[in-house]
Amino acid sequence: MWTYLARRLIQAIFTLLIITVLCFILTRLSADPMAQYATNPNMSVADRAALRARLGLDDPLPVQYFRWLGMAVQGELGRSFFSKQPVATMIAQRLPLTLVLMVTAEICTLTVALTLGIISAVKQYSFLDNLITAFSFIGYSMPIFFIALGLILIFAVKFKQMGWPYMPTGADIWDPKNLGELARHMVLPVSALVIITTANYSRFVRSSILEVLGMDYVRTARAKGLTERAVLYKHALRNAALPFVTIVGLDIPYLLGGALVTESVFAWPGMGRLFWEYAQRGDFPVVLGVLLIVSSAVVFFTIITDIVYTFVDPRIRLS
Amino acid sequence: MSSETSTSHGIAALKAESTGSALTPGQLVWRRFRKHHMALGGGIGITLLLLFIIIGTIFTPLEKANSVDLKARLSPPSGEHWLGTDSTGRDGFSRVVYGGQISLIVGMLAVIIEISVGTLIGGVAAYYSGWVDAILMRFTEAMLSIPSLFLLIVLGKYLGKDIQTIEVFGLSFSGSVGIVILVIGLTSWMYLARIVRANVLSLKEMDYISAAKSLGASNSRIFFSHLVPNTLGIIIVSATLGLAGAILSEAYVSFLGLGVQPPTASWGNMLTSAQSFIQRGAWWMWVFPSMFIIFTILAINLMGDGMRDAFDPHSSRHM
Repeated sequence: MWTYLARRLIQAIFTLLIITVLCFILTRLSADPMAQYATNPNMSVADRAALRARLGLDDPLPVQYFRWLGMAVQGELGRSFFSKQPVATMIAQRLPLTLVLMVTAEICTLTVALTLGIISAVKQYSFLDNLITAFSFIGYSMPIFFIALGLILIFAVKFKQMGWPYMPTGADIWDPKNLGELARHMVLPVSALVIITTANYSRFVRSSILEVLGMDYVRTARAKGLTERAVLYKHALRNAALPFVTIVGLDIPYLLGGALVTESVFAWPGMGRLFWEYAQRGDFPVVLGVLLIVSSAVVFFTIITDIVYTFVDPRIRLS
Repeated sequence: MSSETSTSHGIAALKAESTGSALTPGQLVWRRFRKHHMALGGGIGITLLLLFIIIGTIFTPLEKANSVDLKARLSPPSGEHWLGTDSTGRDGFSRVVYGGQISLIVGMLAVIIEISVGTLIGGVAAYYSGWVDAILMRFTEAMLSIPSLFLLIVLGKYLGKDIQTIEVFGLSFSGSVGIVILVIGLTSWMYLARIVRANVLSLKEMDYISAAKSLGASNSRIFFSHLVPNTLGIIIVSATLGLAGAILSEAYVSFLGLGVQPPTASWGNMLTSAQSFIQRGAWWMWVFPSMFIIFTILAINLMGDGMRDAFDPHSSRHM
C-alpha cells in the first residue's frame, strides 16, 4: 500500500511537471501580454520595451518557465497584466461562486440520476425505461449551450414577454452576496448543468444496477424470500454504487474549474469565465494559474479516488 | 428468470452462428450490427444527413450562404428563407447545408489525426515498454488531466495566432478550419492511446507474435502487420464515437468564437451569434443549427454503440 502510494505520488509529480511545461509554452506564446498597451497613447515604444525587460518577458523561455515554477511552488502565481491584481486573489474571489454553482448542480444531478437510473433498471424495457433511455441518449448528444440558450429563450425572454414571473438572463448586474439574488440567478445555469450531466450519469446507474441484479447473491436474496425492496436497497444498490463512486470521485476536481460554457452564457462570475475572459486577452499568468489549480486537483483526486475505492471495495488490492 | 431466457437466447444465437458455412469476421460483425436496431437507425440517420448536405448544395449556391443582406436581417422562417436569416441577413438554410459540410469535414479530419496519434503513441508505448512507455504514458496522463475544454482553448489560442485564408478546389476557406481540425485532433487522442496500449500489451504475449519474432520479422513488420490489424476493431469503434466527440468539440470551440471564423459557416459558429440575438427572440437562429448538431451526434453515437457490440465477439448474448 505505502510503496504503491509513493510510486503514484512520484508519477503524479512527474505528470504535473509535464502539465506545467505544456501549459506554460502554450499560454506564454499564444499572445503578447503587452498587446493591450500598444494602443495606449501615454506609453511610448521605449517605455513599453523597458516594461517588457523589467517584467522579464524578454528572457529566454526556459528562464521564464523556471522563474514562474519557482514562484508557483511557493504559492505565488504572479499578477495579471490586465487587472494588475495577484492571480491568487482573483482565483480566491471566483472560486466560492463556482463551487456554489457546481456543488449545487452536482448534488441535484446525483439525486435525479440515481432516481431515474433505479427506475429505469427496475422497470427494464418498460415504457418509462424506454422514455428515460431515449432522453438520456438525446441529452448525451447535446451541447450544453443548446439547453442553456433554450432555457434563456423560454424562461427569461418569453416569460418576460408574456408578463409572467421570469428568470434573469444573467446579463443584468446583481450582487452575489444577496442570497435571494444568488438563488434566482442560479436556477437556469444549475438546470442546464443538471440536464446534461444527468443524461450521462443515469445511463451509468442503470447499467451498473442491471449488472448487479443478474448476480447470484441477488438471486439468493430473492430465493430466501426477501422483499423486492430489501433486495434492491440492501443488496443491489450498495454494490451497484461502487463503480459510481469512481465516476463521481473523478468528476469532483472538475467542479473547481467550473463550467466554462455555462458560466459564459449565463454571465456567472466563476472560474470558468475567469479563465475564458483572460484567455481571450492573452493574460497568461491568470490562465496558467487556473490551469495549474484545476489540473493538480485532477491529478490528486485520481489518486484519492483509487485509494478510497480499495476501502469501499475489499476485492481490490493495490500493488 | 430474465437471465435464464437471455442465456437460452444466447445459445440459440451461438447455434445460428455455428451452423451453415463458416463466416468471415467481417460477415460476423455485419450480422451482429444488423440485429442492433438502434444502431441501424443511427446508420440510416447518418445516410439521410449526408444526402441532405450533398443534395442541398444543388438547391443553394455557396454565395447564398455567405452573402450579406442587411434588409432581410433577423427575419423568421418564411417561404423565401426556410430557416430564417441571421444577424447579417445570411440565409439560414444555406448556412446549415454548407456549415454541415464544414462541421462533418472538420470532424472526420480531426478523427483521422486522433486515430493516427493515438494508435502511434499507444502502440509504441506498449511495444517498446520500459522508459519509452513511462514517458509516453505520463505525457498522455498530463494531457488527460487538463480539462478538455480548457485544453482546446489554450491550444486554439496558440495555433490561432495568425490565420490565413486557404484555397482548396477553387473554394476559399478561412484558415481557421485547418486550425480547428488540428486542435481537436491533438486534444482527443489520449483515451484511444490508452486503449490501444492495453490491447497491444495483451497481444504482445500471444504465441503468434513470438512466432513472427522467431521467424525474424522486423519490429515495424510485427507492429504494422500483426499488432495494428488486431486492434482494428477497437480503433474503428473509437473512430466512430470519436467523430461524435469531434463534431461536438467543433461546436463548442466555434461557439466560443475560437473555431471556424465567419463568413465560412459551421454549425457551431452559427450559434455564436444566436447567443446575442436570443434575447430578442430570434429562436430560429438557435433551434435549427442545434437540431442538426444533436441529430448528427445522436445518430453517430447510436451507430458507435452498435458497432462496439458488433465488434465484440463476446457480445452475442446482448443481441
